[in-house]
Amino acid sequence: MQMTGAQMVIEAFIAEGVDTVFGYPGGAIMNVYDEIYKQDKFEHILTRHEQAAIHAAEGYAKASGKVGVAMITSGPGFTNAVTGLADAYMDSIPMVVVSGQVPMTLIGTDAFQEIDSVGISRPCTKHNYLVTDASDLGRVLKEAFYIAASGRPGPVHVDIPKDVTAQLAEFDYSQPIDLPTYKPTVKGNKRQIKKAVEAIAEAKRPLLYLGGGIINSNASEAVRKLSQITQIPAVETFMGRGSLRFDDDLLISMVGMHGSYAANMAMSETDLVIGLGVRFDDRVTGKLSEFAKSARIIHVDVDPTSISKLVNANFPIVGDLSAVLEEMIPMLEKSVDPDKYAPWRETIERYNNLHPLSYKDEGKNIKPQWVIERIGQSVDSDDVVISTDVGQHQMWTAQFFPFTRARQWVSSGGLGTMGFGFPAAMGAKRAAQDKISINITGDGSILMNIQELMTAVEYRLPVINVILNNNYLGMVRQWQTLFYDKRHSETDLSMQPDFVKLAESFGGVGYRVTTKEEFDTALKDAISKNVVAIIDVVVDRHENVLPMVPSGGSLFNMMLTDKD
Amino acid sequence: MREERRIVSVIVLNESSVLSRITGLFAGRGYNIDSLTVAPVPDSKMSRVTIETSGDVKMMEQIIKQLHKLIPVYKVIEHSEQIEKEMALVKVPIGESLSDVDALCRAYNGKIVNVGNDSIIAMVTDEPQRVRYFLKAITKYNPKEIVRSGVVAVER
Repeated sequence: MQMTGAQMVIEAFIAEGVDTVFGYPGGAIMNVYDEIYKQDKFEHILTRHEQAAIHAAEGYAKASGKVGVAMITSGPGFTNAVTGLADAYMDSIPMVVVSGQVPMTLIGTDAFQEIDSVGISRPCTKHNYLVTDASDLGRVLKEAFYIAASGRPGPVHVDIPKDVTAQLAEFDYSQPIDLPTYKPTVKGNKRQIKKAVEAIAEAKRPLLYLGGGIINSNASEAVRKLSQITQIPAVETFMGRGSLRFDDDLLISMVGMHGSYAANMAMSETDLVIGLGVRFDDRVTGKLSEFAKSARIIHVDVDPTSISKLVNANFPIVGDLSAVLEEMIPMLEKSVDPDKYAPWRETIERYNNLHPLSYKDEGKNIKPQWVIERIGQSVDSDDVVISTDVGQHQMWTAQFFPFTRARQWVSSGGLGTMGFGFPAAMGAKRAAQDKISINITGDGSILMNIQELMTAVEYRLPVINVILNNNYLGMVRQWQTLFYDKRHSETDLSMQPDFVKLAESFGGVGYRVTTKEEFDTALKDAISKNVVAIIDVVVDRHENVLPMVPSGGSLFNMMLTDKD
Repeated sequence: MREERRIVSVIVLNESSVLSRITGLFAGRGYNIDSLTVAPVPDSKMSRVTIETSGDVKMMEQIIKQLHKLIPVYKVIEHSEQIEKEMALVKVPIGESLSDVDALCRAYNGKIVNVGNDSIIAMVTDEPQRVRYFLKAITKYNPKEIVRSGVVAVER
C-alpha cells in the first residue's frame, strides 16, 4: 500500500500495539505530528521538555514490560533527549525513539536545527538508523521494535529527515524481519547448565545474586521458585529489587555500596556466587580483587559482553534467564539438598542480627528513612509503583521500601539521572493506571524536571511526589562530609521555592510536612484526592546513607555508623 | 596491564554507518587503530574489515565482545594463526638507479610498476614486518611518497 513516511510511522505504531507516545513536536517532525492529529488509535502525551518524554517512556516500559515510545524533533529536540537515551541504554530499557531530521537536501549544510543525531546517539543506544528513503521506513521501524525488546533490551533511535516523512512509498508491515547479523541467544548451553547445577549441589555457602535482568526477562516467578526449592539465601542488586518479596526469609537485602552488612558479608564469604541477570557493577562489587574472593562464579546473562567483563565466571551461561531457569529448576529439584545450606543460613542470620539495616528514629526532625517505611506501611505495597530520583533518597528507598513484586521499582540505576523520577512516575502511572504512582525525590532532583507538573495535571497522571527535603544536595554533601573534610562545596540548597504554592500554581496540590502526623494526613489526603501532588517533607539535614562501602573499598569494610 | 598487538577481522553488513560503529568502540576507550582495511566480500551483502591494533589484553577482549554485539556485525575473527600481508607503493625520483630499486623490490615480493617522466613507482607485498624493513631500506633512494595499504589477514 502506498503512503507517506509520516503515515508509515503511525501505521507501524498501531501494528506494534502502541497505546501511548510521549513527545514534543517541532519543525522537522511536523509531518508525523500532522498524522498523529488525524488518528485516534493511540494517545500522544505532550511533556514539557524532551528529556521528560524519554524518561516517561522509560517509566512506561519499566512498569509495563512493553516497549516505550517517544517522539521528538531535530536539533535541540534531539539533544535534549540524549540523557534519556543514555539512561535507557544503561538500564537496558526497551524503547523506540523517533526523531525528526532536516530534509535530506539540507543534511550536512549546518541547516536550522540540524545536528548529526545518529552520530550522537550511536554510543548511547542499542542501535540507531538514519532513514534516507521512505521505502525502508516500514522495515526499519519493525526492526527497531524487535531489536529494542529482544536479547538484552535497549533503546533504538530512528532519525527521519523531513522530506522522507513526506515521501510516498510502498508500505508492507507484514514482511518478516530479516536480520542475518542479529540473533540473540535464548537457550543456555545445556552442558554449562548441568555443570552449574553440579556446582550448586557441591557448594556449602551458595548465594543468589539477583539483578535487573530478572525483571527484564519476567523471571521473578521462576527465581522465587528456584529460591524456594533450594533454600539458598539471596541478595538483590539495586536494579533487582522486587525479584523476591521483602518479607521472604531467604532475601538478605540489597548488596553493594549501600547494601546491608549481612548482604555484603554474605557476598564476601560465599563459596558460590549464582549471578542471575547481573553485571558485577562497580557499585556492587567494591574492590574487585577482594570481591567474593573464595567463591566460584555462575553467571547467567543474555548479554555475552557482561559475562567475565569484570569478574571471571567459572560457569558462564549465555541465554534468556527465563529459558535458562526453566531448564535449571527441575535439575536442581533432583540434585540439591536444601538442608545442606542450613549452617550457612544461620551464619547470615547472625550477621543480620548483629547489624540489621536500621536508623535512629530520634530527635525532633523526621528521619528520611521513616518516611519511606511509613509509605510502605500506609499503602498495600502491591498497589504502588515506586519511582525515585537520584541521591540519598534513592538509596534509602532501595534499602527501606518493602518491595513485593517485579516492575514496581522505577529508578535510574546505571546512569544515575537526577530529574528522572517525576517523568518516569508519570509514564509508570500511564502504564499501570490501577496503581498508585509515588515518586520519592529530593529537593535537588525534583527541580530538574519540575515543568512536568503541567503534563501530569493536563493528562491526569496523579503522581505523588514525596520530597525528602534536607536543604542539601544530600549525597554529594555526604561524600563531602566523609571524604572532603566537611567542605560543603556548592551543595547547600537552602534557597528554595515554596513547593506548596509551586504545585498549586500548576493545578496540583501541595503539602508542607514537619511532623509524622502531618505526613500521615498529607499522604492519605493526596491518595484520596487522586491528583498531582507534592508532599514537601522537612527531614533531618544531617542523616547519611549507611552502611557505606567507600568507593573502591572492599565490600566487607563497611562504615556502619557516622563515627566509623 | 599486558599490551599486545592484535589482528581482528570483522565481517559486517555493507551499510553506511557500520565503520563508525566499529571505530567508535576504539575511540570511546582511547584506543588507537594502527591500520584498517575494508572491502566487500564477493557475492554477498557483507564487507570484511581488518583491524590492526595494540593495547591492554583485557580491554581488547572487551572491545571484541562489544564488536560481536553491534547489530550489523556478522562475525568477528580473532586471528592467532594467520597469514598477514600488507602492500606498499613508493614513489622514487627518476634519477635513482632503476636496477637497484628493482632488485630491492624483488627481495620483498615486489617490482617496479610504473616509470614516469620524473619518478618511478615501486610496489611490494609482504608481511607487515618485512614491509617495514623494505621501507627502511628504500629511504636510501630518497622516496618522495610512501603509501601503505594496511594489513589484510586470513587464518591458516
